[in-house]
Amino acid sequence: MELLFASAIGLLTAGGLYLVLRLRSFPVIIGISLLSYAVNLFLFGTGRLVVDMPPILQKGVETYTDPLPQALVLTAIVISFGMTAVVVMLALGSFLSSREDTVNIGPETPPEQPTQENEA
Amino acid sequence: MDNAAGFLPIIAALPFLGALFPGLMIQAGRNTCAAFTAAPTILALTLLLLCAPAVMRGEVLTFGINWLPSLGLNVNFMLDGLGLLFAGMILGIGLLIILYARFYLSREDPMGQFYTYLLLFQGAMVGIVLSDNILLLLIFWELTSLSSFLLIGYWKHLPEGRQGARMALTVTGLGGLAMIAGMLILGNIAGSYDLSVILTQKEAIQASPMYLPALILILMGCFTKSAQFPFHFWLPHAMAAPTPVSAYLHSATMVKAGLFLMARMWPVLAGTPEWFWIVASTGLITMVMAAKIALFKDDLKALLAFSTVSHLGLITMLLGLGTKAAAVVAVFHIINHATFKAALFMTAGIVDHEAHTRDIKRLGGLRHLMPITFTIATIAALSMAGIPPFNGFLSKELMLEEVAHTHWIGPHWLMGAVATVGALFSVAYSFRYIAHVFLGPKRSDYPAKPHDPGFGMWAAPAFLTVLVILIGVMPMTFAGDLVRVAAQAVTQAEPYVNIYHWHGLVPAFWMSVIAVIGGAILLRLHAPLMTMWNATPRPEAKVMFDAVTRAATALSRAVTDGVHNGALTRNGAIFAVAVIGAGVLGYLGGGMAAPTREMLPVTVLPAIGWLLLVLATICLVAFHRNRFLALVLMGIVGLIVSMGFVYLSAPDLALTQISVEVVTIILLLLALNFLPRETPVESSVARRMRDAGIAVIGGVAVAGLTYAILLRDFAAESISVFHLANSYKGGGGTNVVNVILVDFRGFDTYGEIIVLGIAALVIFALTETVLKGPGGRWLSQWKADRYAEAGDRHPLMMVVATRVMMPIALMVGAYIFLRGHNQPGGGFIAGLIVAIAFLMQYMASGFAWAEARQRVTYHATIGVGVLIASVTGIGAWLAGRPFLTSDYGYLHFPPIEEFEWATAMAFDTGVFLTVVGAVMLALNSLSSMARRSGETVNIMPMDINPALNDAPDEKEA
Repeated sequence: MELLFASAIGLLTAGGLYLVLRLRSFPVIIGISLLSYAVNLFLFGTGRLVVDMPPILQKGVETYTDPLPQALVLTAIVISFGMTAVVVMLALGSFLSSREDTVNIGPETPPEQPTQENEA
Repeated sequence: MDNAAGFLPIIAALPFLGALFPGLMIQAGRNTCAAFTAAPTILALTLLLLCAPAVMRGEVLTFGINWLPSLGLNVNFMLDGLGLLFAGMILGIGLLIILYARFYLSREDPMGQFYTYLLLFQGAMVGIVLSDNILLLLIFWELTSLSSFLLIGYWKHLPEGRQGARMALTVTGLGGLAMIAGMLILGNIAGSYDLSVILTQKEAIQASPMYLPALILILMGCFTKSAQFPFHFWLPHAMAAPTPVSAYLHSATMVKAGLFLMARMWPVLAGTPEWFWIVASTGLITMVMAAKIALFKDDLKALLAFSTVSHLGLITMLLGLGTKAAAVVAVFHIINHATFKAALFMTAGIVDHEAHTRDIKRLGGLRHLMPITFTIATIAALSMAGIPPFNGFLSKELMLEEVAHTHWIGPHWLMGAVATVGALFSVAYSFRYIAHVFLGPKRSDYPAKPHDPGFGMWAAPAFLTVLVILIGVMPMTFAGDLVRVAAQAVTQAEPYVNIYHWHGLVPAFWMSVIAVIGGAILLRLHAPLMTMWNATPRPEAKVMFDAVTRAATALSRAVTDGVHNGALTRNGAIFAVAVIGAGVLGYLGGGMAAPTREMLPVTVLPAIGWLLLVLATICLVAFHRNRFLALVLMGIVGLIVSMGFVYLSAPDLALTQISVEVVTIILLLLALNFLPRETPVESSVARRMRDAGIAVIGGVAVAGLTYAILLRDFAAESISVFHLANSYKGGGGTNVVNVILVDFRGFDTYGEIIVLGIAALVIFALTETVLKGPGGRWLSQWKADRYAEAGDRHPLMMVVATRVMMPIALMVGAYIFLRGHNQPGGGFIAGLIVAIAFLMQYMASGFAWAEARQRVTYHATIGVGVLIASVTGIGAWLAGRPFLTSDYGYLHFPPIEEFEWATAMAFDTGVFLTVVGAVMLALNSLSSMARRSGETVNIMPMDINPALNDAPDEKEA
């Protein structure tokens, strides 16, 4: 089980890293999302994996899941939504303003063609 | 006595508080404004005088508040003789400057601004001289650099003013940085950052191997501030400031800060050969060099500027000698210089103000036209020249007496001779100030007709010249005690202070005579000397400074551009490799303990989930160029992750993940609407192999790390135990995750909802900017490249279904919210669910229809949410508990069963509202782009309205 969990995180990380290094904004956003999954799962994993343990306090039960990583991950999930939304907006804004969705400025991409909008 | 010590922080704070008023009071007129500026200064001066008797008795007043004790940074104030002398000068001359500036500034100058800057500066200076903690002192030190920048650059329209201000800030700021390092070393040696402790550690500090670095660094700060060679060049350029600023900064305050610090540190730093060589030599060179330049300056203020540099050099040299007697003279000359130099600057300002020029070549013969100014200027200038019976004479005699007995380099008489040359130049430029401006024939070509100004303008310099005379005639009566207590603070011993006029035919007398006669001869020969001076090439500091600044700018730009060339992918790759490298290093640096946990058995269900996740991820990477497909695959990944949370006993996470998943995918879909559908193939195969290599190594590393962690127990006991034990007892909830969020780590959550709210506002602002710019214009013409749209955008069934579901969805949201404290759920999840309920309406019935029915703005929702959370947190203060402490109890209304209330619930409401507002604002911003793109807006809930369309007369919509 631990092996499956760890390998899944590894795969998500690898996929995320590869996509983050692409040249267009959309794959980069997807890559960031994959990395978010991986990081959230990793954080969650630091509480160690348990199956069929109660997460809610009950009378007569002594062992529970580790609540702390869960609480941290919960806010992390929500925050990563906020971050994704901002990044999406940035990508969209830059595409609409320049008609380009490349993430690089500089020697790796051809220089931007000045359009009428840019001059305005 | 203790009461008096309590005044110290008030004295330091008053100018800062007072700085609020001038800007407001300027509306009420210039006199009111000046009065409101003077009031805090007068008050601070009064408080200082109340402290004075104790200090004059030899006591040291101290006042301390612990601020950051772990860093050694405390708000400790101290008032001893030295502090009293300086604080008195800063506040006293400050008051005179306020009066003078009221009449000096013209109607066009924003006076409120001026007085605000002046008070800020005054507060920073008072802070320096009252600080007992050197870290606190450093803060005030930097504040003087910043506020003097504002003052010097006050006339923003003048390029000289701006450049001079920048130069002053650069030089003094750099020195300040060096001094921070020096002070930290010093505090480290002494084991405390409190002056009262440091000053007792002379032996330890001077024996330390770090003494010399600390000394050099601290002196860098002092020398730059006090314009000592080779950092003197900023001061003349700072003369572009209005004259009241020059008079204040360069007579009594800013440039004296360096001297103050040298005097303050004198007990522990002075007395070593290093101190003598560095400080005394620098002072001597500065004194002679600047005096020589001053003689050849035609600008009145430039003359005074270089004379200031020269006198600062004189005082620095005296401090550098390291003897107690010399320190006494230094203190005495600080007082004298402040009085005559402030008066001289003010007279220069008066001449400039009335004659509209301060070029000496265009002046002369003013004694008939401006008799009052002439009298004041003459007395002050004679004092500067060291002519009896004025106070400058006394300290200059004492100075010459000290250097005559000091062996510097070469023959025994050399230091005395060099100092005499300096004094000679000093006499010459002082005489020139009188002779070439006021004496001589009256001219007919003044730019304006000069006359004496009103009383308000000459009152301040006149008062100072009265001091010049009084101290000069009866030094022991008017300055003796002050010199004694101040020198006592500098030398940390009872000094011998006996100032009198006639010392007999000692060397100093003859040196003085040589200086006066020589100075008079120099002035006689001024015209030919000036021609010679102009013919000799000299290094120009401003040119060098500009060249250095340009080179530094070019260098930093080259480095920045080299490191950051705009290629995000390159930065990303470097970052990834660096992180992996750091991890590998860490791994190689230590061993790994043996596994302590058993592996959980793999059952069928997780195996299927794993397989789906792996397949989806691989396909996602393989087919990422088809963006729509990529989104679908990402949805699968998110779903499996949510199910994984369920399986691994984390229901709260599963609920959150799945609802976030929904809104994320909708968001990305909306965005994709405007983006290209495909990602083109651009990078080379080699490039893709490189990225794949990085990705695989990174993935393996993370997988290995995770695997290693999962198989081992905690190294130390986890704090989760505490949370589990106290969740119900302390927080009143059985859902520990939720109690952690709203109670134990409530502060974190509080920060997080604020971040979320800010993110949503950023999205909103970005959208507005894009829509207003070229993007919006392009959008409004944009038609092509759409997916073929479904014929019916708002299908009847979906509209009806979502309408019915709306209340149910809201109820589920409410249910999830209410149970959150004890069962899986809570504000975050409920917020997401409610947001999805709204979203369904947007999707099914269209933006316009949904928006027309929306009563509250999402901005307000976010704001109210954060506000509720804040108020809940603050509520704990009313009960005398720390921020966000929660409370709970039980309520029982007869028909309903007993239920629990908790203040955490109110906090969770804030979380809930913020989440709803943030999610909706983000999606709403995106949909406003769709509307801009000309997407038709339906007014009806559905495109095909049976009620209308089936009517015989209606055309198809």
